[in-house]
Order: sequence, then C-alpha cells, then structure tokens
Amino acid sequence: MSSCFQTLSDYGFRSIGYGERLLPKADITLCEQFVLIGSGMIWNIYFAFLALLLGFFFATVLALGKNSNLSLFNAPCRLFIFIFRGSPLFIQFFFAYDLFVLLPRLGFDINLGFLVVTVETRWLTKAWLGALIVLFFNTSAYAGEIFYGALRAVPSQDLESADAFGFTGIKKFRRIIWPTMLRLAWPSYTNEAIFMFHATTLVFFTGFPAWQQKGDAIYYASYFADKTFNPFVPYPIVGFYFILLTLLIIGLFGLINRRLNKHLPTNERKRLRFNKYNLIR
Amino acid sequence: MFSYCVDPKTLEGLMWLSCYVTTAKHMSFYSSFLVVMGLLSLAAPLAMAFGFAGATASRSTFRIIRSLGKGYLAMIRGIPDIVFFLFIPIALDQAFEYLRHKILCSDVTEPIRQGNDFVVCAAAKLPLNTASEWVHDIYGFSLALLAFGFVFGAFAGNVLSGAMAAVPKSQIETGEAYGFSQSQIFRRILIPQMWIYALPGLSNLWMILIKATPLLFLLGIEDIVYWAKELGGIKTGVYEYPHPDWRAWYFGVLMIFYLSLTYLSQSVLDKISTRLSQGQATMAGKAG
Repeated sequence: MSSCFQTLSDYGFRSIGYGERLLPKADITLCEQFVLIGSGMIWNIYFAFLALLLGFFFATVLALGKNSNLSLFNAPCRLFIFIFRGSPLFIQFFFAYDLFVLLPRLGFDINLGFLVVTVETRWLTKAWLGALIVLFFNTSAYAGEIFYGALRAVPSQDLESADAFGFTGIKKFRRIIWPTMLRLAWPSYTNEAIFMFHATTLVFFTGFPAWQQKGDAIYYASYFADKTFNPFVPYPIVGFYFILLTLLIIGLFGLINRRLNKHLPTNERKRLRFNKYNLIR
Repeated sequence: MFSYCVDPKTLEGLMWLSCYVTTAKHMSFYSSFLVVMGLLSLAAPLAMAFGFAGATASRSTFRIIRSLGKGYLAMIRGIPDIVFFLFIPIALDQAFEYLRHKILCSDVTEPIRQGNDFVVCAAAKLPLNTASEWVHDIYGFSLALLAFGFVFGAFAGNVLSGAMAAVPKSQIETGEAYGFSQSQIFRRILIPQMWIYALPGLSNLWMILIKATPLLFLLGIEDIVYWAKELGGIKTGVYEYPHPDWRAWYFGVLMIFYLSLTYLSQSVLDKISTRLSQGQATMAGKAG
C-alpha cells in the first residue's frame, strides 16, 4: 500500500510535468495505471472546463446573431455554426493544427501593466492552446445552435409582458429572454457538456503532440494497452473515471437546472435527465 | 496517367498538377472515400440491429436480460466513444485468438499471457500469417465495423427505447382489448407506431455517424485521414513530385467533403421528415 502512495507522489501530476520523468515500462502495476490515467484526466478537465466556460458566452452571441434580421450578423454566425457542426471534430483538429504550423513564428508583447507577456504564435501548435481553441469553437457552434433553438421557443407572452412592463434593450434580454432561453436549452446543453468532456479524448490522437509524454487519460491508457498488450485493464479504468465525471456534471448541471426552474409551479418543473431520444451532436 | 507524365520534373503549372493528382497514391486516396461510404452503409444497419436488440432487451420481462439491455444503453452516456473504438477491436481480436488457441492448440500448456505478451500458437493467429494482404485488410475493417456497430447501436438503442416509450399507452391498450398477445402488440402496434417518434433522433444519429467515420484512422485503417497525412506531408527532391507541407490543403478538402455530405444528408432528412409528418396529429402534420 505504501508503494502505491509512492506511485501517487511520483506520477500524480506526471501529466503536467511534475514528478518522475520516465513512465513505467516493465512490471506495470494496477496502481500505476490508476494513478497515471487519473493524472491524465487533468488535461481532459482542463480542456472541457475552459472550452465550455468560454464557449457559453460565445454561443450566446452566435445564437443572437443567427436570430438577427440583419444579414451582417446573421450570415457569419450561420456560416460559423454550419462549418463547426457540419464537419467532424477529428478533422477540425488536424486542419487547425496544420494551419497553425504554417503560421510564421512571431512574438507579440502584451503589457499587462505589472507584467509583460510575450505571446508567441508557436503556442498555437501546442495542445494547451491550439486544441483548446478548436474545442472552444466547436462547443460554441453546438451550444449556439441549441441556444438558437431555445431562443426561437421563448413564449411570445413573455415578450409581450416584458413590453408591457416597459423592459427594453439589454434589460429585456438579461431579465426576460436570456433566463427563459437558458431554461429551455438546459437539458440539451447538459448533453453538450457531457459530450464535450468525451470529445477531449481526441486531442492527443490528432496532430497535436503530447510533448514529453504529457498526455490525457486516454493517451496513458493506450500507452499501457500497447506496453502490456492487455486492453482489459487500462480502458475500463478510463471508463470508470469518465463515468464519475459524467455523474458529477449531471449533478452540477442539475443544481443549475433547479435554479433556472425555481419560479415555476412544482408540477411544471422538469427534473434534469439525460435526453434520451434526441441527441444533438 | 497521362502520356506526358513520364518525366514530371520537366512539367509546370496545370500540366504538373494534372499529373500530380492522378498518381497511383492519389488513386488510393480517392478510393479511400469509398471506404468511408462503405463503412457508413454497413455500420448504419448494423447499429440499427444492435440498437433494436438493446432497446427490446431493456423492455424485457426477464430481469437479467433487462438489466443487460439497460446497462448497454446507459454505458454510452458515461464513457467516451473513443474508448470503445480503441478497446473493442483489440479486445475482440484477443478473444477470437484465445478461443481458437483453446480449440486448435489444446496440447500447448504454456499460458497465453506471459508477462506483457499475448502468445497464441501459429494456427490460432487471426488472420493466419500466411494469409494475403487483403485478408488482413478485410479482418481489420470488420473489427472496426463491429466497434462502430456496437457504439452506435447503444446510441440507437437509446433513441428506439425512447420512441417505444413515446407510443401512446391507449394504442397498446386497444391492442389488448382486441385480444392481441404481447408479441402481436409488439409487432403490429409498437414497432409500426414508434418510427415517427424515433425519426428526429435517428436523423441526428446519422449525422453523428457521418462525423465519426474519420475515427477509422485510429483503428489503423488506411482511410482518408491516413492518405491526407501521407500525401500532404513535405516531399523533398527525392520524390517524383516534390512539394512543401500541403497537409492543410488536404485536410481542407476533407472538411469540404464532410460539409457537403452533412449538408446533403440534412436536406434529404428534412424532406423525409416533412413527408412522414403528413397526416400525423402534430403541429408539423397539420401545417401541411
């Protein structure tokens, strides 16, 4: 047991570059598989969390743009959603990586007041930024379509009431349209969030290199499957971690769902469940 | 391909390009698009069969079958599909070889798992070492196909079980009132009536399936992604057709291919949905 604690301190943060440098090669223990694959989950959570957080806001913008009557806003938003929803994420990763590689290597100084950061274009070829951007655009497009559908479904009475109470512009949007849109979209958006976490497993199978063997959960799982020639241990471990993560997301989004439905009479509230028969992806 | 392509070093412009895009390797690239189409046309019915079995099992009156079916439908919600794509082909391969080893080489007493090795006798290997190249290709493709069928079967099973649950109870009760047996109700009422509820979900699933086809690359199949990487990479002067890094162009072509495929599918599916909605007691049906 104490050796497992040793493994934990050696490999617990291996995926982000702390601890033992060499990966286990021979006599791979169950503990090592559990710890390293768990360490890789840091990347999956990093990608999905940031992409969803940033994508949430961009998706709102896209939904409003697609709903706009002005073709100046409407056309680019439609095109963006079409491109990212109409092509496979796997190809998007390859395409983006190969585009980023072609960019000239430049550095820009950004003055933050207390600190000068040099932003370099070669960061785009690294997974932490390049893959994050692709995932961010991808989830924005899917969530944008979900939000757009919900926006179209906001009851007209709500809007009329808002007009009657003298709500206009930003205030009408923030107080009336946006909360209802979110409430209607929330079950589908929960699915999107779950699938975004699952989609992060693709990152290190595309062009983006896992530098110094710093990879995500499935990167280490396939490493172990290759080394031990036994797929029956590492892949179920990944499955176990992802089931835990999925339950966590459903729990978390369920809490938000409760808040969004708080004002409704109890018999109209809907419990959040995995949307069974219409997956939008 | 063309007669003037004998010495590409002397060619320029369009003539060079016309020779470049008709090399033998490019022909393999073009035929790999057929592999994608083949996978789509085989995986869709297979997934429907898996899904139908899963959905039916999850409604079974036997507890063991029911929980097996429910487990199958539920696992896809928690576990990323890529895990299955990586796991199923190698797991199936080892399972087949293990069984054949037990049957064909029962006299061998050494364990199959020796440390980090998986050792079966030569006769149990799949495909046999002596088999020709295309047997290996077909075997690899079949394993990939089974993985797609299994994963998308679970998705389809969720859609179908949802659709079965959506068929109005009164229709089932009408069947019972007329003295139908349970299997008659299943065959004559539940199955014909569920399709309209299943259609939106199945349409989405078709789109997801299209967008999952490049994952063939992960399974070691020489598909369009493999060829795009292969052909697009930098070709130095030792090659017949030297060029810089053109991978972005090749993947751009793949993007366009998939965008047109999904666009076409969407417009066909929209038409089917309009057609099927006619005469249904729904908003879409009444509007038409």
